[in-house]
Amino acid sequence: MEHRKITIDGNEAAAKIAYQLSEVIAIYPITPSSGMGEMSDAWSAAGKKNIWGTVPSVTEMQSEGGASGAIHGSVQGGALATTFTASQGLLLMIPNMYKIAGELTPAVFHVSARSLAVQALSIFGDHSDVMQVRQTGFGMMASGSVQEVQDLAAITHKSSIESRIPFVHFFDGFRTSHEVQKIDELTTEELKQLIDNKFVYEHRKRAMNPDNPFIRGTSQNPDVYFQGRETVNKYYLAAPDIVQNAMDKFAEITGRHYHLFDYYGAPDAKRVIVIMGSGGETVEETVKYLTENMEEKVGLIKVRLYRPFSAKHLFKALPKTVESIAVLDRTKEPGSTGEPMYLDVVAAFSEAMSSDNKPFEKMPKIVGGRYGLSSKEFTPAMVKAVFDNLKLEEPKNHFTVGIYDDVTNTSLEFDKNFIIEDKNATKCMFFGLGSDGTVGANKNSIKIIGEETDNYAQGYFVYDSKKSGSSTISHLRFGKNPIHSTYLIQEANFVACHQFTLMERFDVLEKIKEGGTFLLNSPYKTEEVWDKLPKKVQKQIIDKNLEFYVIDAYDVAKKTGMGVRINTIMQTCFFAISGILPKEEAIQKIKDAIKKTYGKKGDVIVQKNFAAVDETLAHLNKIDYPKEVTSDIELPPVVSPKAPEFVREVEAMMIAGKGDEIPVSKLPADGTYPSATARWEKRNIALEVPVWEPDLCIQCNKCVIACPHAAIRAKVYDMELTQKAPETFKWVEARGKEDKGKAYTIQVAVEDCTGCQLCVEVCPAKDKKEVKRKAINMAPQIPLREKERENFEFFLEIPEYDRTKLKIDSVAGSQLLEPLFEFSGACPGCGETPYVKLVSQLFGDRAVIANATGCSSIYGGNLPTTPWAVNKEGRGPAWNNSLFEDNAEFGLGLRLAIDRETEFARELLSGLKEDVGAELVEEILTAPQKTEIEIKQQRERVAKLKEILEKLDKPEAKELLTVIDYLVTRSVWIIGGDGWAYDIGYGGLDHVLASGKNVNILVLDTEVYSNTGGQQSKATALGAVAKFAAAGKPIPKKDLARMAMSYGNVYVAQVAMGANDLQTVRAFIEAERYDGPSIIIAYSHCIAFGMNMAKGFEHQKLAVESGYWPMFRYNPLNIEKGKNPLKLDYKGPKIPLKEYVYRETRFKMLTKSHPERAAELLDAAQEHVKEVWKIYSHMAAMDYSNFVENKKEETEEAK
Amino acid sequence: MDLSTTYMGLKLKNPIVPSASPLSENVDTVKAMEDAGAAAVVVYSLFEEQITHETGELDHYLSFHAESYAEATTYFPEPEEFTLGPYEYLDHIANLKKAVDIPVIGSLNGVSSGGWAKYAKNIQDAGADAIELNVYYIPTNPNITGSEIENMYVDTLKAVKENVTIPVAIKLSPFFTSMANMAKKLDHAGANALVLFNRFYQPDFDLENLEVVPNLELSSNWEMRLPLRWIAILYGQIKASLAATSGIHNHLDVLKIMMAGGDVAMMASELLRNGIGRISEILKDLEHWMEEHEYDSIDLMKGSMSQKSVNEPAAFERANYMKLLQSYEPKF
Repeated sequence: MEHRKITIDGNEAAAKIAYQLSEVIAIYPITPSSGMGEMSDAWSAAGKKNIWGTVPSVTEMQSEGGASGAIHGSVQGGALATTFTASQGLLLMIPNMYKIAGELTPAVFHVSARSLAVQALSIFGDHSDVMQVRQTGFGMMASGSVQEVQDLAAITHKSSIESRIPFVHFFDGFRTSHEVQKIDELTTEELKQLIDNKFVYEHRKRAMNPDNPFIRGTSQNPDVYFQGRETVNKYYLAAPDIVQNAMDKFAEITGRHYHLFDYYGAPDAKRVIVIMGSGGETVEETVKYLTENMEEKVGLIKVRLYRPFSAKHLFKALPKTVESIAVLDRTKEPGSTGEPMYLDVVAAFSEAMSSDNKPFEKMPKIVGGRYGLSSKEFTPAMVKAVFDNLKLEEPKNHFTVGIYDDVTNTSLEFDKNFIIEDKNATKCMFFGLGSDGTVGANKNSIKIIGEETDNYAQGYFVYDSKKSGSSTISHLRFGKNPIHSTYLIQEANFVACHQFTLMERFDVLEKIKEGGTFLLNSPYKTEEVWDKLPKKVQKQIIDKNLEFYVIDAYDVAKKTGMGVRINTIMQTCFFAISGILPKEEAIQKIKDAIKKTYGKKGDVIVQKNFAAVDETLAHLNKIDYPKEVTSDIELPPVVSPKAPEFVREVEAMMIAGKGDEIPVSKLPADGTYPSATARWEKRNIALEVPVWEPDLCIQCNKCVIACPHAAIRAKVYDMELTQKAPETFKWVEARGKEDKGKAYTIQVAVEDCTGCQLCVEVCPAKDKKEVKRKAINMAPQIPLREKERENFEFFLEIPEYDRTKLKIDSVAGSQLLEPLFEFSGACPGCGETPYVKLVSQLFGDRAVIANATGCSSIYGGNLPTTPWAVNKEGRGPAWNNSLFEDNAEFGLGLRLAIDRETEFARELLSGLKEDVGAELVEEILTAPQKTEIEIKQQRERVAKLKEILEKLDKPEAKELLTVIDYLVTRSVWIIGGDGWAYDIGYGGLDHVLASGKNVNILVLDTEVYSNTGGQQSKATALGAVAKFAAAGKPIPKKDLARMAMSYGNVYVAQVAMGANDLQTVRAFIEAERYDGPSIIIAYSHCIAFGMNMAKGFEHQKLAVESGYWPMFRYNPLNIEKGKNPLKLDYKGPKIPLKEYVYRETRFKMLTKSHPERAAELLDAAQEHVKEVWKIYSHMAAMDYSNFVENKKEETEEAK
Repeated sequence: MDLSTTYMGLKLKNPIVPSASPLSENVDTVKAMEDAGAAAVVVYSLFEEQITHETGELDHYLSFHAESYAEATTYFPEPEEFTLGPYEYLDHIANLKKAVDIPVIGSLNGVSSGGWAKYAKNIQDAGADAIELNVYYIPTNPNITGSEIENMYVDTLKAVKENVTIPVAIKLSPFFTSMANMAKKLDHAGANALVLFNRFYQPDFDLENLEVVPNLELSSNWEMRLPLRWIAILYGQIKASLAATSGIHNHLDVLKIMMAGGDVAMMASELLRNGIGRISEILKDLEHWMEEHEYDSIDLMKGSMSQKSVNEPAAFERANYMKLLQSYEPKF
């Protein structure tokens, strides 16, 4: 059967089928499954039909719990329903999964299987999530490749409809969900043949229907619940055969035949691996090699249907000769007798071999092992190690493979040099930056090669853990044979480095084979390039005898109007050199692809790209290099030798991309990592950095407050210190009245700056002789690097300003506070981090932070390093991320613990009055601790108390010492984005607001789910385009602030630092000082707005001036004073809304995609802005002078 | 009373034509202008830069930061198609043609001859009755000579004329060394009308923030003197129709333009300031004036006070200037 070939990734393969076989799709974004929902939404919006000729509805819910509830409703309502999820998302679906299964309703959940948040969150792939639902009654089907994802998705839907058992269909997150492969397309026609509508009609017939009323979902009692639970058995017993029949039917239609357990390998194999998912592909490749080249008697079972687990079918698939079996689980269950699939196999064998009808002559040895957690590489070398282990008389059981466990010695050793990748295939690696379009170009190349040649093609992309200056590594394989290598390239024929500087960060040529081709984008002239290469790279080129090509792609891009996008240029080079296609043909195909990709964005873009293609070849040069190393350029150390040991020995390995080599013993057992480590990861990603002009500076510190990365800082200090300053260190006399005679410096951490230019944009000081020159201007980084590194080091040594003497409720004052959040991996120009940094400055030395999952937990907590820092006294924010959905509750829990422990400390202290001295005890117990000075005094008292207690030989004293730190006030901060606060975490947030407890909630409102790529939330604005709101959101954003105000005892502020930084600072201080719940909703511009991030603060200003973003503070303390608690900090709509919104792509693009609707929504949004102003101005004008008295009277009356 | 006039071959019921302005962005507003009596409408300009800039911007921001981070490989949904730059404009022209009966004149604003011709053809295909080319060019480069600039105008016009069959007007700035010669050159190059003159928006300074700020001032009445003079001078010397724009605010202005030799009087500021109802008021006033002064058609007055028809042709020249200065009496 000839099939059309398509080149797609696993998510698309699953979504394509799920969409065509569903009527209702309810989803919630979560990595790595988000793509499936997004595609479905796009298809639905475009009116694409399912196989029954109707357009499925796609609904984004507020959480996965919500999505599964909606699915439950939909299947009960008679629809065929599906959802897509992963990880914690799947866990949130569990309660409904029991219901859906218990009621025998067909449904398929497609899961891109992902790790769970345990000692840490991980977005990468393993089976930890799906293994948590094996007891729900859902069937479970596993796919190991993109082709299988498509095929088994269809088989799963059919099986579910026919068996009445709901199914989870899963495949490995990233490895399969994001791997691009060329596959045989399953057509709509074939799907129609596959599905038997009889079962669909029966499903509809069972739906809830007032014309045929019944009740379901009863509550049952001890008399019948148990029997009721057993009623479903026959469905589960019948299911395996139904699934196999579906597979057989599928084979009839397509020629591709699957089985519940598929066996590959020697027919007389003695050693067999049992495995699920993408690892099966690598095992298959290895088995093929071992049987063909080494005559080993090995084989493998690929488990397709994991639930219901059919031992009968497993035994049928296994060769009778099997002597030992290794069951590989991609999950971990601490404390169990083994991982789940291992236990299933053991139980199946033990049961069968102790029966009268033994399937095998002898009980094989069965061992279990773990591999591939969080997308850990799983290579043929590791597979061989597993087979070798099975050769042993006593094979290691409960082993791990792929890591070095030097603590409990579980790991199997493997031979790294055992490389069996297809020699005839072309394997290419591309090192690029996210911003240069390398991945996009490679995805295009795979499509070209996959769809225009008879080659098989595979692409896999490795991204950075940072959001700014992030690098990407693309792994592309092409060849005449099907590709089963589900691991990174081990031996490349072709390596391209799209950024010269990446050679400093990565060992770019490590994997290139002898005689391979190396393509480098170099800013230097052809004749200069060789001398600019580091020594190590020159040696690799010579030793491996590489063909070496260079191009100055940025020059070509500039000349052809492509700006900094070099994707098309580098892609053209790749085709020109690699010879995969004849040159002329390749160029034509690239141009066709350009037309397809950019056509709808206008001819100008297409022509620019065409010009880039045409210009490229003339600028591509082959380098004739000397046979000896001539360079003396050494690669810099990964981190400074001054870094702490853990950073040097462990985190530096991660930074260098060698984290796979870190042994278990080097890692903390409970997920605890040291703070203040980002400062050691010098990334040098800015091409240009700010330079301070002391003569122009007015010392307002606006640049400091705006800097998202704490890379520009101010200090006021003793003039004397300037004498020890390095030569180029700048300073000027401080302007502040209290600081007469002191020095003032603005210092830039040029190695940590991302070059976003926010500081330059906010700088108000201009040169009177030449107004374009400000007190801060951008200049190229490289010439400044060495000197400024020295200057910054000196700057850090300058003592901090005494906190107690600063006017911290001003911008200038607050910005002399040391930031304890620095150099995060957030995007350049991030709108969130200035607020986070402000928290760290104002309260960091006593802050306890609960951080919701999202951007802030990623730039705050993604290894290798953390931006959360520590001050000279060793104090700093204590930070943790619980989950996405529970952050408010998590923070409240922290508060409850602090309150409890504080109370206990106070109780103990009171009991020790005589021993400690009544005066000190009294002082400690009554200390107000609101201002910096009061807190400092309390710290001194507690220090004194500590000294006394240490000398006291009393159990109460010892006990008090364990909780003594609680006697100094702590500031609890609950931080997260709008996805958390408005959607998934809203219930908890609301509850915490209602608790009356002293917590501070900071909502970093980007008006979409930023971290997962811009899906709409309930914070998304009326008229804005977002994923799941492609036609513009038709309703206004939820007014979270007004909802919070309705409690009356919650401090509420809405701020926009760019519009009024002073109001922001004051709101943060008021919120923190308010002894009760506080919530600050902070406008945070975001790359998902589609705007020039350097103009972030300007946009904030426009947002406020247009009335789009009301600014205010609602302070309940004012009620008691007879004042209106609401103070408006904005003056209502002053400019037309469109002057703000149409500066951002999120709004503007609607005028290009749905012009008429855009106009309607703009009108509606403009009206809404006016209404909101009316409401707020009315609220702020209310007279509260009699409020307290009236309230008293009412209370009296009530009595 | 016959108010009709002919403008580059188009028969118009009266000489009042709203010039290119935001008023034409909305179909309903254009319909209202027609109802108020507008004889034709010049649609807001399709800016050459806008087309290039918009697509560039869209492409940039839609793909900005994409494929950089594993959890977010994109940030925006990709619509099936975009209505970009020219298409949006062309759709608008087509919609206007469906909605109104008066002639619809498309307007192209730019400086290079590259993409222009194509867009002009598109505008014609969308149904426009004529095209107005607006060459808004500030020659800041000291190495470009006056004749190069003049040629650029002529070449641009020719490129457009070659591609379309509908009439083409060209809107000019008054800053030519030899305005009359320039007018003649364009006339020879095939211009069907000259629209006099473009108002250059002069930027202003914000002294508080030390910034250059764009500043749009609506026209003042005195500004119509410049087109008035040049229409009077050019009338009868060239074949192309003449349109006056800038500073025409009432029926008297319209009358003056007609008498100078103009075929139409274009208005924008007055309508933006006082509403499109002004068209019917001005028409009424116009008729009233003509009745009182016993003119039964516009034709009768057209060019009646042009340079060649007045007693004192020098009034339009240096002599007038001299006289003006001499008649000025200092107050102190």
